[in-house]
Amino acid sequence: MSVIVEVMPKPEILDPQGQAVLNALHRLGFTEVRGVRQGKRFELDVDADVDPEVLRRVSDAAATLLANPVIEEHVVHTGESVHAKETDRA
Amino acid sequence: MRVGIVTFPGSLDDRDAARAVRYAGGQAVPLWHGDEDLSGVDAVVLPGGFSYGDYLRCGAIARFAPVMAAVVDRARAGMPVLGICNGFQILCEAHLLPGALMRNDRQTFVCRDQALTVANATTAWTSGYQEGQRIVVPLKSGEGGYVAPEATLDALEGEGRVVVRYAGSNPNGSLRDIAGITSENGRVVGLMPHPEHAIDALTGPGTDGLGFFSSVLASAVSA
Repeated sequence: MSVIVEVMPKPEILDPQGQAVLNALHRLGFTEVRGVRQGKRFELDVDADVDPEVLRRVSDAAATLLANPVIEEHVVHTGESVHAKETDRA
Repeated sequence: MRVGIVTFPGSLDDRDAARAVRYAGGQAVPLWHGDEDLSGVDAVVLPGGFSYGDYLRCGAIARFAPVMAAVVDRARAGMPVLGICNGFQILCEAHLLPGALMRNDRQTFVCRDQALTVANATTAWTSGYQEGQRIVVPLKSGEGGYVAPEATLDALEGEGRVVVRYAGSNPNGSLRDIAGITSENGRVVGLMPHPEHAIDALTGPGTDGLGFFSSVLASAVSA
């Protein structure tokens, strides 16, 4: 089990990267896409069982380092790494 | 006066910053990111570059380098600190200055000689200029768009803490054309453009940037 931290630019912050991706999608014919916001996903491997204390610690880490609260929002949840999911499907 | 220049892994402009200090008549003292004390310097410059490869966010990792604990402590006690480009990003990440720097709104790296208007000529780093003076120094950054909450922007303007503004067209989407700001006490200044590259007509667009370094030396004499 991993702890997942997802970081996104705040809605009121202009996201030039997301805008560039949206423009590229439209050029490629994916015109049904109305908007793109680009963020970051962190997969943290932790030694301990994931209990509320671990989530609280990771949330502290997110607010201290992984996200900048001036421009970004973050959410913390348990989950599996993207690679684990791919292995399951294969 | 001894002015410390911090070198982080990925700093680019530490040598030019040291040269600017020497041109202004000061003694440049090299500081290393792993240092825990500041060798008794009277002021510090955080130079431009791409500290830690700009990983995570620009300045986000440098902010936690060992040397920064001392820089933050001394800055809060009134030591002058100048953050240029990546140094400005580090000062924002370290919460010595409010707001943040975002990717340029036009999605391209901007490299040009940039006209600026000096909006505050009373800080430790700009007292040698006149308010309203127009200067030209290089700007070279991909993540130079200054953003802050509306209330913070109003407070910065109300307290005269905008130090320099972009003159003419806004190069990167910075809110209210802000190119640089200062702390409440006017001792910490951060700006995206590079005054250290404009201290000698041979190697830059002119000498308009030298005033940042001569200002801090003059402030030490008068203090």
